[in-house]
Amino acid sequence: MRKLSRLSRFNIASLALGLAFLYLPILILVIYSFNASRLVTVWGGWSLRWYHEFFNDRAMIEAAWMSLRVAVSSATIATLLGTLAAVALSRGERFRGRTLFSGMLYAPLVMPEVITGLSLLLLFVALNAERGFWTVTIAHTTLTMCFVAVVVQSRLGSLDRSLEEAAMDLGCDPVRAFVAVTLPLIAPAIVAGWMLAFTLSLDDLVIASFTTGPGSATLPIRIYSEVRLGVKPEINAICTLVIALIAVVIVIASLVSKLSSSQGESAAPL
Amino acid sequence: MSSRRIFARPARFAAIAPYLWMALFFLVPFGFVLKISLSQTAIAQPPYEPVFDLTAGWEALKTALAALSIDNFRLLISDDIYVFAYARSLIVAVTATALLLLIGYPIAYGMARLPKRWQAVAMVLVIVPFWTSFLIRIYAWINILQHDGLLNQILLALHLVSQPVVWLSTDSAMYIGIVYSYLPFMILPLYATLAKMERALEEAAGDLGAPPWQVFWLVTFPLSLPGVGAGVLLCFIPIVGEFVIPDLLAGSNSLMIGQTLWLEFFTNKDWPVASAAAIVLLVMLLLPLLLYERLQKRQLEQGR
Repeated sequence: MRKLSRLSRFNIASLALGLAFLYLPILILVIYSFNASRLVTVWGGWSLRWYHEFFNDRAMIEAAWMSLRVAVSSATIATLLGTLAAVALSRGERFRGRTLFSGMLYAPLVMPEVITGLSLLLLFVALNAERGFWTVTIAHTTLTMCFVAVVVQSRLGSLDRSLEEAAMDLGCDPVRAFVAVTLPLIAPAIVAGWMLAFTLSLDDLVIASFTTGPGSATLPIRIYSEVRLGVKPEINAICTLVIALIAVVIVIASLVSKLSSSQGESAAPL
Repeated sequence: MSSRRIFARPARFAAIAPYLWMALFFLVPFGFVLKISLSQTAIAQPPYEPVFDLTAGWEALKTALAALSIDNFRLLISDDIYVFAYARSLIVAVTATALLLLIGYPIAYGMARLPKRWQAVAMVLVIVPFWTSFLIRIYAWINILQHDGLLNQILLALHLVSQPVVWLSTDSAMYIGIVYSYLPFMILPLYATLAKMERALEEAAGDLGAPPWQVFWLVTFPLSLPGVGAGVLLCFIPIVGEFVIPDLLAGSNSLMIGQTLWLEFFTNKDWPVASAAAIVLLVMLLLPLLLYERLQKRQLEQGR
């Protein structure tokens, strides 16, 4: 018994340290975004000065607007395609090229972004596509639909198939059984997939840098070029706003998944 | 015909749209990377030659094909800059993955030992930082690690050092950044296998007289190997090609291959060499990528 309690003390210590390591840097960043001082390291009292600065920074606002538009459109297309892919993989009959299909879906999850970004850019150049909003949207869709597919697929895997089959035994055709039974059950995973796709798109620097054109920088691209020049208090404020936006998204996502009562074990690594 | 079959038949047609999308935007582009890696740099738009023009007829295509060469690949293996960059990427990725495993394992283990209700909370707490921006999290560390940043202020106040330590632009800063960013990717698969593990096995080993470290080493760890494998691959593969973290936190005197590729592409505008560098990187990662795909597939398609 004593052995066990000592073990759990070690467990709790490692957990607490781990979580502190994960959260402290973000917390410090948020606190310093309210710092009145121009010097990033000297505390000069609370102030909203840098938020003011951001809202007067036209280029930043434009980049933020571009990022939001890209994130919403790519997340929406990615959710549609990713859900279809998940349904085909976990419910469909075996088909030709299935191995290639699942390979294409899982590879981008770990593929270094410089490779994905470069290859997409070369495609767009070869197709003579004008680079900007649409090319970045397509690039983000390609990346994020894989994440959606994994999230939805793991939900489908934990669902009892006999529900769909019961609906069909009672006279539904496959499409109706899917819409009436399967879809409501996987809806939380679809919502979570959309939110994940949204935040991944909002976050991406490397792929967007390759696939965007002159004059249409996304927020991460702008932040990156500012950060390279050194730490600026205004960046703290922008980052805090982004964190706040993502926090709202997470809260909504967790509320939605809580609303669905029959929650399966999530097997997804993400 | 069973209901399952009737459902499965139309369900596979759901693959058509995503299949075409991924083929066009993921598979086909690699063909272009390969082709341009065999081309030459040119001061033109686009900045390489030969440019294929399918309307120019068969003869033109033949001359274009004849102009392809493996010179870029020769350059990659003969120039120390690239060789070092590949070697450094591998060393950094191996070291960082080992660090991640050492740090992530106790955390995942601690999570799996919590009461069920707290496990869900801990899992959310680990996932949330993964949702916040990657770039922002690296930037947060620049704030802390800079010359007069918080870390040095604390160290000075505690009289642990007499002078500010240089953290930024060092390998330590880069490793901190990598471990910080990839930690959730290591913890989650580890936790998934540890939480599913039959605790009775550990208890049985303990009842039979094994000391705790032996229980861990002979029972817990071997049983968690699938999670270790997933976590290691999930971290190792992207770290090899990592660009942002080394670029912002490490020094500029030795580059990783992701940075070299970025420089060739954006600064030197040498698309063919950048493409060749990407192809070599891809070939290096092929084996871990295939392993990862098999693991992922087994995890998602098992137990049905």
